[in-house]
Amino acid sequence: MTGFAKPLKIALGLVVIAGLIVIPTNFNRYGLFILSQWAVMTIAAMGLNLTLGYAGQVSLAQGAFVGIGAYAAAIMTTHGWPLPAAIVVAIALSFAVGWVLGYPALRVQHHYLAFVTLAFSTLAFLVFRNESWLTGGIYGISNIPRPHIFGLATNKPLPFYYVCLGSLAIVSLAVWWLIRSPWGRAFMALRENPLRAQSLGIDTRRYTLMAFAIGSALGGVAGALYAPLTQYIDPVPFNLSLSLDLLMMVIVGGAGFFLGPFLGAMIAVLLPEWLRFTEGYYLMLYAVAVMLLLIWSPTGILGILDRYLAERRTKTASALRAVAKSRLETVQ
Amino acid sequence: MSNLFDLLVAGLATGAIYALVAVGFTLLWQTSQTINFAQGEFVMLPAFLMLAAMHAGAPFWLAIILGILLSMILLGLAFKLLLVDPMMRHGVLPLAIATMALAIGIKEAVKQFFSAEASPFPSIVPTGDISILGHAVSLQSIGVLVLAIFAVLGLTTLLNRTSLGHQMQAAAQNPTVARIIGVPVERMILLTFLINAFLVALASLLITPIYLAKFSSGEVLGQAAFIAAIVGGFNQVRGAIAGGLLIGVLDNLAASYVSTQYRAAVPLIFLILVILFRPQGLLGRAEERTV
Repeated sequence: MTGFAKPLKIALGLVVIAGLIVIPTNFNRYGLFILSQWAVMTIAAMGLNLTLGYAGQVSLAQGAFVGIGAYAAAIMTTHGWPLPAAIVVAIALSFAVGWVLGYPALRVQHHYLAFVTLAFSTLAFLVFRNESWLTGGIYGISNIPRPHIFGLATNKPLPFYYVCLGSLAIVSLAVWWLIRSPWGRAFMALRENPLRAQSLGIDTRRYTLMAFAIGSALGGVAGALYAPLTQYIDPVPFNLSLSLDLLMMVIVGGAGFFLGPFLGAMIAVLLPEWLRFTEGYYLMLYAVAVMLLLIWSPTGILGILDRYLAERRTKTASALRAVAKSRLETVQ
Repeated sequence: MSNLFDLLVAGLATGAIYALVAVGFTLLWQTSQTINFAQGEFVMLPAFLMLAAMHAGAPFWLAIILGILLSMILLGLAFKLLLVDPMMRHGVLPLAIATMALAIGIKEAVKQFFSAEASPFPSIVPTGDISILGHAVSLQSIGVLVLAIFAVLGLTTLLNRTSLGHQMQAAAQNPTVARIIGVPVERMILLTFLINAFLVALASLLITPIYLAKFSSGEVLGQAAFIAAIVGGFNQVRGAIAGGLLIGVLDNLAASYVSTQYRAAVPLIFLILVILFRPQGLLGRAEERTV
């Protein structure tokens, strides 16, 4: 992304942020719901992007952490606790469970790790469905209240959209800081060459567990926002397909790119809605679009941009070289 | 005791079907590093192709042949040429994600063009009970078991006893050397895709009379096949067979001895334990771990 001039990038970012704040003010209820869902899913996908894109640990369990966060928030807020307290509990709970799930990653890698996390995801779904004393079983939990923020009620769709957008902004800043901190560099070292990382004195064991725990905690945050967004939860949305969808978002957007999850969640949440006019065909077209995109660019949307910018850089560099060379020759 | 015997027979019958699906799954992994997340949907689709042929007026035997041929073209040839070939050199993960998208596509296509409801499917083995050692045993379970055993025996004979099978194994184990000694590696890989398509079509034919034809039935089957493949050994055909039988029996026993609510958890916990303590699978050989 270094191809753009820095002020241009900042201006573009500000325009997008202003657009996200201003444009939805005249959206209807459903449009706001979809956009809020995009913000929530982006948070969950950012967590998975940390685990997978930066630290290189495959996880098929992010949907389970969204579920853990959602149930924690639903149970606590229906018992009168404020949402921020529920978010803290959701983070702590998913962080702890994510840490434990990281242990298999110390023993096995790649597809084996994918299948362990897949099994965990299905087990979590069974617990949500069967432990009805806690989760309400298949009947779920209804009447989940939306929070008051600084004394303002967020029951209406627009204020709650701003809650989701604000949370997304906070999480984005935190992740931005994290991947530029020594921790983020340690994660990338883990992905690129774990053996070398270890010989450089990085405690790969601790960072692997951290990558899982932090990524999972963000899944928990997303869940804690999902519960008040839909105001009703049952086990179905948190089954294995949510984990697969989140993985698809990260890969389609571009794993290991900061902006990847934003684009991936946009494709996964908004594209099916835009294709609604095709009625029964919309999910089929969505599946075909994802396959074509991956055939075209296996590194996702940002992979295309990255390749294009790299090509332009080499072209500019060789043009500059040619100019410098001809100048040298004319001097002589 | 009679209950246990029935459960074992029924478990072996579903396990034999899982084994067919798991064998195809491991074949694709071995020859082309394809983790096919659409394998369950691959089992669901042929039954609908056969039903469509019967709706068009074909008799059952012709519908079976047409269904198997069509699945070999769609799920074997087209799957390899259109999706796997362009993506193979980009590593395991993007291709795995693409097969997830394919799974959604197949499910939605069946729902849209056929039906969202479950349809009955005729059985190729006669229904009813026969008496073995004083126990009444479902004829369907026995028939499924026998047919699946024949398919598996046929496949292992092909792989281990014929020159073609040896060439396929060579192409899977070391493509570079295989190419040097003159094995047509590309053709062998295509052959494994066709064999996988044949196996899933056969599994579809055997399992659909038991569970009905439904667009979403691939989810459970696909997961059972993954678990069977890994438990048995991801890189071994005989491991996948053993894994399939084991998961089938375990699943049936768990349903009546653990709890119906948590029956699905038993194979999953077993899977986690196997991966953690014997990642190469019960029968697999140890793979070099990439660090």
